[in-house]
Amino acid sequence: MKPVYMISGGITKFAKAHPDKDFRMMVKEAYDYALRDVPRFSKDMIAGAVGSYFSDHFTRQLKAASMVQDYLGLCPKPSKRVEGGGATGGLCFQSAWEAVASGRMNCCLAFGFETMSRVNTWKGNEFIALASDTNFDFPVGGFYSGYYAMMVQRHMYEFGTTVEQMAMVSVKNHANALSNPYAQKAKRLTVKQVRESPMVATPLTMEDICTMSDGAAACILASEDVAFKVCDRPVKISGVGSGSDAMRMADRPHGQVLLLPHERESDYTALKYPGVHSFRGGRMAAKLAYEMAGIRNPMEDLSFIELHDAYTSSEIQTYEDLGLCKYGDGGRFVESGTPFMPGVDYGLELPKQGRLPVNPSGGLLACGHPVGATGLMQAVFAFWQLQGTMGKHLGNDTLQVRDAKRGLIHSHAGTGTYITVSILEAV
Amino acid sequence: MEPLIITDHYEIDYRHSYAQDSPFFVGLTEGKLMGSRCTACGYTFATPRAHCMQCGAPTAWLELPLNGRVHTFTTCHYGGEAFLKETPFTLVLVEFDGANTLFLSRLKGISGDAVRVGLPVRAHFTKTPSMKVTDVWFEPA
Ligand SMILES: [Zn+2]
Repeated sequence: MKPVYMISGGITKFAKAHPDKDFRMMVKEAYDYALRDVPRFSKDMIAGAVGSYFSDHFTRQLKAASMVQDYLGLCPKPSKRVEGGGATGGLCFQSAWEAVASGRMNCCLAFGFETMSRVNTWKGNEFIALASDTNFDFPVGGFYSGYYAMMVQRHMYEFGTTVEQMAMVSVKNHANALSNPYAQKAKRLTVKQVRESPMVATPLTMEDICTMSDGAAACILASEDVAFKVCDRPVKISGVGSGSDAMRMADRPHGQVLLLPHERESDYTALKYPGVHSFRGGRMAAKLAYEMAGIRNPMEDLSFIELHDAYTSSEIQTYEDLGLCKYGDGGRFVESGTPFMPGVDYGLELPKQGRLPVNPSGGLLACGHPVGATGLMQAVFAFWQLQGTMGKHLGNDTLQVRDAKRGLIHSHAGTGTYITVSILEAV
Repeated sequence: MEPLIITDHYEIDYRHSYAQDSPFFVGLTEGKLMGSRCTACGYTFATPRAHCMQCGAPTAWLELPLNGRVHTFTTCHYGGEAFLKETPFTLVLVEFDGANTLFLSRLKGISGDAVRVGLPVRAHFTKTPSMKVTDVWFEPA
């Protein structure tokens, strides 16, 4: 495999609706931003593109990626669309990585978007729930928030995780986004406010759950030759991994934990895994990405993480899948302050504040979740972090992780059915 | 210029076959909860499938007990548009003795606040089947 670098990225502001721009225009905006950031690069160097959007129901336009391809002036170059639920963006990023790593392309564009504002929120929830088994799951009350609520109820039962610990994730991510002008829903919250917001599916409240958004993102990936020719500070993509699990949560096995290098079988003698409390696909994705990137202990080897926090609960569950702490310790991990940004006032007592920032951007909870763009948005934020250019792109450097060496991005679909983990490194 | 926004209606009836899962839905009309068991490794599915997820061998149909326990639960106060008028409703994953996997259903006849992991529950069947998985639900046993 050839080494692959990210050389530029761009995003639109994520918003409830962008009625003034269709999906082609949104991608164009993100793409043009990415092009402007590498003046020595020319679009003629792009050998092909991978497009990412989740739902034909939302878009009401099949083959929408073809319309983006022609709008960007990339015809007749290679083009395809990648779809994998909430992980669509992460899968798209890895597909572009594969094109360059295999030597098939010297430079590949990854773009993604979603236009969720075209239907009301509850119709949108129905569309999303069609990504669950339509014979056995959807008719019972198809609602993703309900599915994740059941998963965290079991997490609480197994490990004693509390709703206050979950609320701390909401406080953190919404407060981080106060310094991120691209975010849809930045605000200062307290644990009490999170708990007192309307109950959606017990124990998850409105402030435990991300919103629907319109938005787009674009990443340019290139070979070593191209990267060092056109970009002052390319970022290396040093590891990719992905995993999967059964569509129906009811079908998930109750077996052995898939161990990471720094864990032992004796850590989990009594735990039935993954059940519905953990995401086996996320653990698999992390394991493969860590192996490729040579990561032995993620807590020591990573500088920051952008992970798929569609729910505060899934952020806590994902700490464990990624091996930041043992299974069962995710609630205490957030309480310790470890995943908060250093130097930001959250109104909380945080003894280990900022040891390993998670979702410095504000994550999905605060940035929004225009599905096909989300995984690429994470890549763009990670890229800027590792370049040290957050200040330039965000207009302030509050969210710049000092001396960032290595970042992890994590994209996740439908109760854990597709999950990607990619590792990016400063060079 | 302000963007011009129109409303565009879309509606369709699908012809949907339950195919190899059909015996499960017919079973509900007879007051039976049908699971399946692998003919090679014995793995037992409370939500049936015609082939084993562990080893790939064909499974055989198996009548599940009507009594089980709550494995996990939630009460939904919002939902997809199709289910909004039914809120609040309680979802449960049910575990059964002798089955390796679970079954998703509605729990009725108990307040959402009173539901706990481990609660014994029993299957109930509608007298007017709609040939959907909602022809069965659970109530405290
Ligand atoms: Zn088998």
